[in-house]
Amino acid sequence: MKKFIRQTAVLPGFGLALGYTVFYLSLIVLLPLSAVIIKTASLSWETFWAAVTAPRVLASYRITFGAAFLSALTNGVFGLLTAWVLVRYRLPGKRIIDALVDLPFALPTAVAGITLAAIYAPNGWIGRYLEPQGLKVAYTPLGIIVAMTFIGLPFVVRTVQPIIEDLEGELEEAAACLGATRWQTFRRVILPVLLPALLTGFALAFARAVGEYGSIIFIAGNMPMVSEITPLLIITKLEQYDYAGATAIATVMLGTAFLVLFFINLLQWWSRRYAEK
Amino acid sequence: MKSWETTGGGKKKSPPKGLTEPAAVRWALTCTVLLFLGFFLLLPLAAVFSQAMEKGMAAYLAAVREPEAVAAIRLTLVTAAISVPLNLFFGVAAAWAIAKFDFPGKSLLLTLIDLPFSVSPVISGLIFVLLFGLQGWLGPWLASRDIQILFAVPGIVLATIFVTFPFVARELIPLMQSQGKEEEEAAIVLGAGGFATFFRVTLPNIKWGLLYGVILCNARAMGEFGAVSVVSGHIRGATNTIPLHVEILYNEYNYAAAFAVASLLALLALVTLAVKSFAEWRGRTG
Repeated sequence: MKKFIRQTAVLPGFGLALGYTVFYLSLIVLLPLSAVIIKTASLSWETFWAAVTAPRVLASYRITFGAAFLSALTNGVFGLLTAWVLVRYRLPGKRIIDALVDLPFALPTAVAGITLAAIYAPNGWIGRYLEPQGLKVAYTPLGIIVAMTFIGLPFVVRTVQPIIEDLEGELEEAAACLGATRWQTFRRVILPVLLPALLTGFALAFARAVGEYGSIIFIAGNMPMVSEITPLLIITKLEQYDYAGATAIATVMLGTAFLVLFFINLLQWWSRRYAEK
Repeated sequence: MKSWETTGGGKKKSPPKGLTEPAAVRWALTCTVLLFLGFFLLLPLAAVFSQAMEKGMAAYLAAVREPEAVAAIRLTLVTAAISVPLNLFFGVAAAWAIAKFDFPGKSLLLTLIDLPFSVSPVISGLIFVLLFGLQGWLGPWLASRDIQILFAVPGIVLATIFVTFPFVARELIPLMQSQGKEEEEAAIVLGAGGFATFFRVTLPNIKWGLLYGVILCNARAMGEFGAVSVVSGHIRGATNTIPLHVEILYNEYNYAAAFAVASLLALLALVTLAVKSFAEWRGRTG
């Protein structure tokens, strides 16, 4: 193998570049991450199981994963709409709107957190109109969904947008010529092409929402069993010097994150195969 | 030009029925999207600045110039000044190896580089507590030598490097892969050295993507909250970054000051978005 590379590569620096990449990756990412796995392995199964299935922990999974699912669903619908409108329709200030979509990437989570909490608080810009309707957003699970929707917003738009840009107009023309209504064309021709990207965006938004901390804790209210997210529970355990408990819960979250990552890779493989057909 | 514009009867510019949505649907969809983005993006952005200015300019300046705020700003700048160049250097090295050469295990390497993106910020902090904490692997050894990493600046820098690890590499790898390696090979064959080839041939081709990666990396480095919060120890004036300072002010119900300091980060976000749009536009037009 080595000989093969030496014979074909004209460019210098392969060994150095790859060597440094692997070294830096191991030092900064792999070594520290392995600390979680080794720490978990040192726990007995009973301790681990008790830590990850305590009622308060189970309630936090329900809240975190449930809210993340609902927010990713919201983003799936509105992200698809946003990408569609940005690519297909003429509207003034499109460039600025397009740039603004990335705001949740660029705005630090703590800033997003206090701002959303201020807006949706009972005396806030939106909260004061929702409160009389009996709709409480800040300091309830609904607030968690709002914060997760905010931070997940760019993922769906940015994964679906390039696919819409590349859509071949001929397919839609053919469908229209064959007598399809616009809705039939969308459902039968456009949506199947967009589906892998849409699901990837959904999964990315979901994964980000599950791990999110900064933008949620200010608006969540953080009531145990009601509005306490799993990342906050890890911090609480750490503050009580319960490193074993914190690590056990972290392992569950890491496992979920890797599952989602695997799912995304599968989707991309699927969409590549779809594109080749 | 779209095909319908040439074949149309010349009466209307709009595409024939069936090729786009009816005007009413287009209008409704556009309004829905604008309303959604207005509520979720524009309103929070406006709220940061409006809340920051609530008690007037004098209070704003006082909050930003307060010694603890200044210390937080300084620590944030130091953290970014260390972590961004390190990840920039790594990003360039990784992109060079991955985009210009073929080797087995490439897709595994790509997945591993992306790993910090899928790890919750809180867990990113936790791993350094497990490594350097008193109950951790290196904790007792470090304590016996009086080296403080956790709840001190080195811990904050390490957590920040971890969190911002993939940004530059992730931006550069697809860009350099799409550009191929013919230009560099030509330079080498014509007798240019490795570094001359990189600085004269590769760098001009990737500079806008590089700028974009660096600016995103920097925004995250300065704004990271969860991971830094776990390792910082929240010592006022010593281990508080800007986001942590915002949290403390907010939890003390000092809202105007919290939003004043937060508005600095919001400004940074706006600059980031502006540079990003500019870099994308230059990257497209060349």
